[in-house]
Amino acid sequence: MAIFLDNDSTVIVQGMTGAEGRKHTQRMLHSGTRVVGGVTPGKGGQSVDFEDDVQLPVFGSVTEAVEATGANVTVIFVPAKFTKAAVVEAVDAAIPLAVVITEGIPVKDTAEFFRYAEDAGTTRVIGPNCPGLISPGQSNAGIIPADITSAGRIGLVSKSGTLTYQMMYELRDFGFSTCVGIGGDPVIGTTHIDCLEAFEKDPDTDAIVMIGEIGGDAEERAAAYIKEHVSKPVVGYVAGFTAPEGKTMGHAGAIVSGSSGTAEAKKQALEAAGVKVGKTPSGTAELMREVMERVSR
Amino acid sequence: MDLFEYQARDLFEAHGVPVLPAEVVTDPADAAAAAERIGAASGGVVVVKAQVKTGGRGKAGGVKLAKSPQQATEAAQQILGMDIKGHTVGTVMIAQGAKIAEEYYFSLLLDRSNRTLLAMCSKEGGMDIEQLAEERPDALARVPVDPLVGIDQATAERIVAEAGFTADQDQIAEVLTTLWGVYRDEDATLVEVNPLVKTEDGQILALDAKVTLDDNARFRHPGHESLVDTAATDPLEARAQDKGLNYVKLDGNVGIIGNGAGLVMSTLDVVAYAGQDLGEVDGQLARPANFLDIGGGASAQVMADGLDVILTDEQVSSVFVNVFGGITACDAVANGIVQALQILGDEASKPLVVRLDGNNVEEGRRILQEAGHPLVTLVDTMDGAARKAAELAVNAPAS
Repeated sequence: MAIFLDNDSTVIVQGMTGAEGRKHTQRMLHSGTRVVGGVTPGKGGQSVDFEDDVQLPVFGSVTEAVEATGANVTVIFVPAKFTKAAVVEAVDAAIPLAVVITEGIPVKDTAEFFRYAEDAGTTRVIGPNCPGLISPGQSNAGIIPADITSAGRIGLVSKSGTLTYQMMYELRDFGFSTCVGIGGDPVIGTTHIDCLEAFEKDPDTDAIVMIGEIGGDAEERAAAYIKEHVSKPVVGYVAGFTAPEGKTMGHAGAIVSGSSGTAEAKKQALEAAGVKVGKTPSGTAELMREVMERVSR
Repeated sequence: MDLFEYQARDLFEAHGVPVLPAEVVTDPADAAAAAERIGAASGGVVVVKAQVKTGGRGKAGGVKLAKSPQQATEAAQQILGMDIKGHTVGTVMIAQGAKIAEEYYFSLLLDRSNRTLLAMCSKEGGMDIEQLAEERPDALARVPVDPLVGIDQATAERIVAEAGFTADQDQIAEVLTTLWGVYRDEDATLVEVNPLVKTEDGQILALDAKVTLDDNARFRHPGHESLVDTAATDPLEARAQDKGLNYVKLDGNVGIIGNGAGLVMSTLDVVAYAGQDLGEVDGQLARPANFLDIGGGASAQVMADGLDVILTDEQVSSVFVNVFGGITACDAVANGIVQALQILGDEASKPLVVRLDGNNVEEGRRILQEAGHPLVTLVDTMDGAARKAAELAVNAPAS
């Protein structure tokens, strides 16, 4: 088992004919993901060649792709100005999981496609502006490097891509059930809480690392959720203690507004919920190491 | 991007939100003529308002009533150049005076927590809304707005009803729908009117205007480019922006380059902790000088551009390059650093502490060791590298 993505996942790539889409489709194939096709409006009927004599068909719409391949995951690489339409199309095809890698999407578009997906109730959206998710050894949907870690029993949920990679690498000897990069935008489809809930239910996850950063109150909400609903050990990390007020730090959502969204408040909320919070990424990995040594004993 | 009041007012006017006539001046010498034009329909009464992107300007003396062109000039003289919470006033808006009967509050904003839009409305405007929300939460109606629907007639009526209006409902509801037009058509993330007023002759007017625009939506609003306050942009931030870099100037002495926003934020924290551990050395404390995310790719040219911006910062005494090799493996990153230093030549004048981790890390470290650049120190861990960069920053001889 794992969460959201496993051996049964079959993946299509929206925007596979573009440079980024093609590059990362190849990487997904290399890491053993069952990629079965791509979608580019107007290019239906074409195909794209990959290494090892793999040739993937291109479909003109997500619905056609799903009908032809039975895909249950779509990874979206289309440019920001077309992303809303791409997600709407994925929802209309009722594909269960849409992973939106694209960054720089207007937040109004995200709020709209998120609501559209919620109303339809058929599609989980992960992202946007995220690296996607990986269940090591099973499937990899997005741009997370597969070769820096191994399969294991830690679950990871993070707003940040490279901090995800750092943590996957530091804890590669223990390994991960699933690592989910939920993205750093102000509005995202899948939250820390959604992942915590899924990891709590997943029999193959023993403990959870949760990485947050400044901006919004997602970490505070996650802390409240952990207190009520999560029995597995959770170790946390929050980035941005030194970020100044009112400045966006790389991610569109990473901004301290007045006194809200500070790293300190998030750390305190997590600690109050019994989560051990590391001071640095390696300190956090160390805390998880202790947890795993205790759990696996 | 936050707008100045006058820019937001112009957007309001363009979308049919009722506002008062106004002009902006940057020189007190122009205030009298502007006041004469603007005040003609209000018995010569105008309001001179400081244009600053911060709250509390009224309390700071940045808003003055003027009853004659002469008084308007005096008010402009007093306000221009004034410092309001660290913002120097460079522009004043001269707005027509209004006889206010009642003051209300309205805002529409992105509600991150609930992933929807939120309208807030109160019959009690003009005061600090955070204070109102805290002291008398019942007086502030909060109505979720579906982003797919917006403030249509029905939603506007609901907002007006929940705010408790018992008169002028239709008129106020109509103004709210025009404010929705501003939000929708301009890709705003905040539209706030404090106060929205009813005048003695029964008009509903937006007497103030606050708008935040979504920078990610710039591609469909070419006109928004002209709203950027280039004068206030930090010169280093402008330089970085020209090179397409994600850079924020801070106030320390350890330059930071990393890949990925989260990792860079984390790097700033770790450097700050290292500085605190080290304590003051000769009156100096090591602190991060900037945020700079060069992204997942970390190519040689981007690395060179990043180093160029950081080395231009006179406050910087050492640089910490913190890269996790994921999509781009460490050997490619190391080659990028070596090439970046070649591109920069003599401009690379400050010590660099490099920490690489991830894919092909051994090969990456070997490349940097072989290059043997005299300014480069390799440290294996992020914490250790932060410590080294902090030490170099505060022990650096004054140049």
